[in-house]
Amino acid sequence: MSSYYGRPILKQPIWGPAVAAYFFTGGLAGMSGALSFMARVRGNRALANGALVASVAGLGVSLPLLVMDLGKPERFLNMLRVVKPTSPMSIGSWILSGFSAATGVAAASELAATVRPRALVPALDIIRPLGLMAQGAAALLGTGVATYTAVLVSDTAVPAWHEGRLEMPFIFAGSASASAGGAAAILTPVADAGPARRLAVGGALVEVAASELMKGRLGPAARPYKEGTVKVLDQLSTGLTLGGAALLATLGRRRPPAIVGGAMLLAGSLCKRFAIFRAGFESARQTNGEGPEGPRAKSLPPRDSAHVRTLSSRRTSAIDAVTETEKVRQQGAKPK
Amino acid sequence: MAVVSGPPPYRDGAVVQPQPGQQVGFFTDSSICIGCKACEVACKEWNHVPVDGLNFLGSSYDNTGELGANSWRHVAFIEQNRPVAADGTGGMRWLMNSDVCKHCAHAACLEVCPTGALMRSEFGTVVVQADVCNGCGYCVSACPFGVIERREGDGRAFKCTLCYDRLKGHMQPACAQACPTQSIQFGPIEELRVRARRRLEDLHEQGVTDARLYGVDESDNEVGGLNAFFLLLDEPEVYGLPTHPVTTTRNLPQMWRTAAVAAGMLALGVLAAFGRRR
Repeated sequence: MSSYYGRPILKQPIWGPAVAAYFFTGGLAGMSGALSFMARVRGNRALANGALVASVAGLGVSLPLLVMDLGKPERFLNMLRVVKPTSPMSIGSWILSGFSAATGVAAASELAATVRPRALVPALDIIRPLGLMAQGAAALLGTGVATYTAVLVSDTAVPAWHEGRLEMPFIFAGSASASAGGAAAILTPVADAGPARRLAVGGALVEVAASELMKGRLGPAARPYKEGTVKVLDQLSTGLTLGGAALLATLGRRRPPAIVGGAMLLAGSLCKRFAIFRAGFESARQTNGEGPEGPRAKSLPPRDSAHVRTLSSRRTSAIDAVTETEKVRQQGAKPK
Repeated sequence: MAVVSGPPPYRDGAVVQPQPGQQVGFFTDSSICIGCKACEVACKEWNHVPVDGLNFLGSSYDNTGELGANSWRHVAFIEQNRPVAADGTGGMRWLMNSDVCKHCAHAACLEVCPTGALMRSEFGTVVVQADVCNGCGYCVSACPFGVIERREGDGRAFKCTLCYDRLKGHMQPACAQACPTQSIQFGPIEELRVRARRRLEDLHEQGVTDARLYGVDESDNEVGGLNAFFLLLDEPEVYGLPTHPVTTTRNLPQMWRTAAVAAGMLALGVLAAFGRRR
């Protein structure tokens, strides 16, 4: 059934690639924060610092990406104008702000403690526990940063996004864990990177499993994931993620394979975010009659006969109608 | 050939003077729309909506195409080959309908807006505050009707305001005022619903059994009801309207719960990655 002149019912998402990139960098930053805190608690200094570097780097890229994508970038502070539970973007903005502040304090205190300028030593000893507290907060908020973006894409009218709402948080969480574990495996000496490798492998498995589950369950709304560029990106992501995880699991105790495996996991996570992101655009386009016209209704009510015509039950689409009109015109032009 | 003929159906309608606190909206009766596009023009004029190109789209007399940042009313033209004569022989009918923002009772655009720029007015309508909107674009993907859009070159989201400024001046919206056939009717929602149902009965009595209402009853949508509803002469999708629109924030509690489980899994995963303390 074609819609009005083959036009999609939904508008194309207005978001640029910066948003998909943020899903990746935000997930990386969030889970790196959690990994760093846990390593710090367990006295694994090398891993704690490696993950903290990844977290700060991911965050440093995330914030400009988000501001850049706004129609009015100078009004980015309006994101904190209200607290609105019905808006995943509002809640996300608050989670991200808290995470940024906590990560900032944690990184500053760690930096100050490493450099230890003599004049500041007494002050530093006071700040030190504050830094650990901040890092604990960052760890907690980091798991939120890694998952709220799944709610953000799911809470739209785009069928390929909304119908996947039960798997999306697990895909995003797995993807974030895989990327954070991969980054820490690159940035940390192999002897200290064991937990990072385990997190990466676990995350990779969850990401791929949840993703396949979603594609199997979506029905007609899954079509965008199985065609064209999105399919390529999706398969590339699966290959890179599983390959990277296998590499880390088997040869992760040697430096070169650890670096390659970590990089593959990072690339796999990035590809997954772009695949999901692009699928939404295609899904919105397919509301022109090729695919589902919008989010699935909870229960389609039985059609009341008063609302449905009874005389002519023929369904005629706008496009068919136009061609039929052409035929009529041609017939009318024939001399009798 | 006219689809519907007969005397003007709404002769006794007095002009409504909207009052704050009143829930007002539109009833667009497409059976008497003549496709003059006075609504589109009046809307652009009154609201200073910019031109977005003079295009020939090849879709009958419709060169507007769809609702968007720069088109807050859109007259759809559909050409159909139908047996219209009494003996069932062929003919052609032209469907026209002036589409507009539905001002949903549970508006997805409003609910997902992170800045609070989208708000519910004292007239029950959904309005973007242009001085607050930062152009995040969330509303664009949330709207199940594809109505709201970010304006190119401006960066903010725009859509029908149901002439908020005119309402505050106790005047009816520009499109309703300009409509020469009363196809666009403005007034308190409940009154309009009654009028729409009566009109449907009349049309069915006259043998126009194709007529059906869209968005009058809560059963044909999951957006909490439409504050702008329609009388159509064919399936909604023929006019570019979704058959059963859904506000997806309806499922948001479920989504937050799922995300919380995923976040909990992450915390446990990190703990597990470190194994038992040696």
